[in-house]
Amino acid sequence: MTLQPPAQPLFPGDADAWSVAIDAAILLAINPQSLGGVMVRARSGPTREQWLTLLKSFLRRSTPVRRVPINVTDERLLGGLDLAATLKAGRPLAERGLLAEAHTGILILPSAERLDGGTVARICSAMDQHAVAVARDGFEFVDTTDFGVVAFDESYGEDETAPPALIDRLAFLIELDSISPRHPLSTTASLESVERAREIFRDVTVSDDVITALCGAALAMGIVSLRAPMLAITAARALAAYDGRTDVNETDASRAAQLVLAPRATQIPSSPEDDREPESEPENDQPPPDEPDETAEDADLGEQQQLADVVLEAAQAAIPAGVLAALQVEKARRARGKSSGRAGAKQKTLHKGRPIGVRRGQLGAGARLNLIETLRAAAPWQTVRRREPLRTANDQRPSHAPQAGGRQRVQVRKDDFRITRFKNHAETTTIFVVDASGSSALNRLAEAKGAVELLLADCYVRRDSVALVAFRGKIAEVLLPPTRSLARAKRCLAGLPGGGGTPLALGLDAAAAIADAARRKGQTPTVIVLTDGRANIARDGTPGRPKAEADGLASARGFATAGVSSLVIDTSPQPAQQSARLADAMGAVYLPLPRADAATLKAAIQATTSAIKTESSVAR
Amino acid sequence: MAALFPFSAIVGQDEMKLALLIAATDQSVGGVLVFGDRGTGKSTAVRALAGLLPAMRVVKGCAYHCDPALGDCTHVDTALCGETDTKPVPVVDLPLGATEDRVVGALDLERALTQGEKAFEPGLLARAHRGFLYIDEVNLLEDHLVDVLLDVAASGENVVEREGLSVRHPARFVLVGSGNPEEGELRPQLLDRFGLSVDVKTPTDLATRIDVVRRRDQFERDTAAFIARFKPHDSQIRNNLEAARTRLAHVKAGDHVLEMGARLCMALGTDGLRGELTLLRAARAMAALDGDGEVTETHLQRVAPLALRHRLRRNPLDDAGSSVRIDRAVRDVFAPREERRAV
Repeated sequence: MTLQPPAQPLFPGDADAWSVAIDAAILLAINPQSLGGVMVRARSGPTREQWLTLLKSFLRRSTPVRRVPINVTDERLLGGLDLAATLKAGRPLAERGLLAEAHTGILILPSAERLDGGTVARICSAMDQHAVAVARDGFEFVDTTDFGVVAFDESYGEDETAPPALIDRLAFLIELDSISPRHPLSTTASLESVERAREIFRDVTVSDDVITALCGAALAMGIVSLRAPMLAITAARALAAYDGRTDVNETDASRAAQLVLAPRATQIPSSPEDDREPESEPENDQPPPDEPDETAEDADLGEQQQLADVVLEAAQAAIPAGVLAALQVEKARRARGKSSGRAGAKQKTLHKGRPIGVRRGQLGAGARLNLIETLRAAAPWQTVRRREPLRTANDQRPSHAPQAGGRQRVQVRKDDFRITRFKNHAETTTIFVVDASGSSALNRLAEAKGAVELLLADCYVRRDSVALVAFRGKIAEVLLPPTRSLARAKRCLAGLPGGGGTPLALGLDAAAAIADAARRKGQTPTVIVLTDGRANIARDGTPGRPKAEADGLASARGFATAGVSSLVIDTSPQPAQQSARLADAMGAVYLPLPRADAATLKAAIQATTSAIKTESSVAR
Repeated sequence: MAALFPFSAIVGQDEMKLALLIAATDQSVGGVLVFGDRGTGKSTAVRALAGLLPAMRVVKGCAYHCDPALGDCTHVDTALCGETDTKPVPVVDLPLGATEDRVVGALDLERALTQGEKAFEPGLLARAHRGFLYIDEVNLLEDHLVDVLLDVAASGENVVEREGLSVRHPARFVLVGSGNPEEGELRPQLLDRFGLSVDVKTPTDLATRIDVVRRRDQFERDTAAFIARFKPHDSQIRNNLEAARTRLAHVKAGDHVLEMGARLCMALGTDGLRGELTLLRAARAMAALDGDGEVTETHLQRVAPLALRHRLRRNPLDDAGSSVRIDRAVRDVFAPREERRAV
């Protein structure tokens, strides 16, 4: 496995970027709700401001534009109890959240790539349902909301990407970074022309041929999601409306394909003629009720085909040259990292990390009380609490409470406690699998031990836990279950004798079990195997090279399937084929232990482990 | 809230629709998990189910819409008089960002503030009693809410102890969750709570894709006409569902089918008895939906992937997907018999 070049997915970077950006702004302004929005790849700067000003110039002054701060609370995003107003009025009053406030307008997401999964899910859910459902702080209500999103993707480097769930719902993906701020922005579009288009947008009809053509183009370009062709159709309707027509023509369809489909291409269609699926295939599909029979008019087919070709060709021309290669890399990487989910990689803890909000909870176990939120929670209940005799609340000692009738203090009860939650990157568990067989002992087991010690030091710095598995003779042993105690790991390793057969498969199975358990606990496992790869004991304990090696490779493939990052250190005197094959099966980084001094070794290991680190962070 | 897309208008995704109908036929099957690609109509299908469910009889005035047939409602004084009402089967959405007090129920804020009284205001769990509780993006659900759900789902009862209030009420519901596996995995305990699980994939053949897109376009452009067009189809499904529910009690499962179910679970090495039980319940509901009086091997085979897919242990030696493994096991368990029959 090699390190992948940085990918530049999804965004065309060619010269007519401005025209794409202007079109996106116009179309979005015509109907923000049904087009979802625009993902703008741009760092903050004059070009971005220029574009945003342009977009706003197409919107009526009264149109709400709301900005979602990066670490927005649920309270502000969704809405909930308006404490100040509630206390003043003496009855519960709700506050609308940003999502509801953006109704009929635009929601701006700066730094979309850094939004956490929960926030993205809330925004997407509001977009899908055209409403935001709130069940918070004693309130339950549904606010209608219809907004378009302008998300700014400011990602640097490859380990940040805009949330795919959001990209899937936004019609346009534009790129402004390549545009010089001095490049003149010129368009004849105005608020009036957009308003005219908005009026007739509802009446624009789309023919079946256009639907077929856009669906075909999406499929030919390898766009899996069905939202893309749907958004392309809506974009085509907006284009027609902008042109003052109520029917979508070939030009609209082609331009829509360029704007919506091209930036999402994951493959370049080989040839429009032979690549397309035959059109007459819906036999196994139940015929849609009362729908016109499409295959009836054969004469139309030629015309339909022609339109499909034109649309596809237009879209294809808009795919920037570099995108395809970059996307293939991206895809391969995603396939590898698939099983390492976000939830496991980033954990919510009570102790440390970035605060991500509060929740009701009990004190203890290191939970940190959020005083303001606790007081807020207690505030509305003061009247009712004062009225009742104190004895009923068993968590309050009467001796400490002020006497009824006297000056009352704020009564805070256990139910009010709010604790701050923090988000923390999950710890990594590094599992060392050491081959202590006779062949390995001959081939520098001592040096392998030295290498492990170097890695242990590295783990110590990162506060990882480590586990140690050794295999020799006919068995594999878990010498050390995952622990933070590196001293113990060191002792175990030092006392490890060598000799006997090489039951590689057993060793790997033991490591896989630990990796699985670590993952269940929300940790990220990393496996480091030190072996010469010369397996000679099969899984069932019988000797024999071919079977032992086959078993070993089978076990190794499990790691690749599970998406566990791994490293194979070849301890044989000369880099051996077996270990390389093993690394390949595991999807591991392969590192032949060179005949070198400690410093070189350390450098090599550090380079490799940092590669693993990048890999796994990207996979998230 | 936007209008609901008709259930019968959903193109393809037969497995997902089947799983939902099975859960609607026999609520004891234990919930449906729908995991898969973006934009495949996961939440559309679940929400559409609400429009299909036949009404249920409830004790008049009961906040928890208890079943009058059970005669155990203690929430209204008049329960014994036998007054009943009909209500639609609830399909309750658990919105993202919901706070615990609204999920389990809490003190009524309005009455506390205006009248200074303590009164219990039932939460989402109470509303979902005898119906469905739908959690979109279930893998993003906060851990403390997952704990509450697991607790209530296991006991069928919601116990609230706060502010000096002590309330317990029945909360038996079908848990329906959906999500995208890329956003994170589900906690094993929660995964185990779901009776059936469905893997949804985006259709890859052009004709189906065109159909999906076309219908969505029609729905959005003329919602009322679209819904009217599919109304007869929806009613047909509803009638079938109602018939299946009445038939369910009389569907027999012979010893042979029980044995086959057990053998299938053994071949797959599923943990615990829950898998086997769910498999049989689902097969029985499947038979009821098909209008059959007896569970056959075919029913078993059709529901096997739904009931067992998420119960397989991850096998490091087998990189085939769980659906493939189930197919293989089904072939192994059922094939020899069929061959014998053919001879």
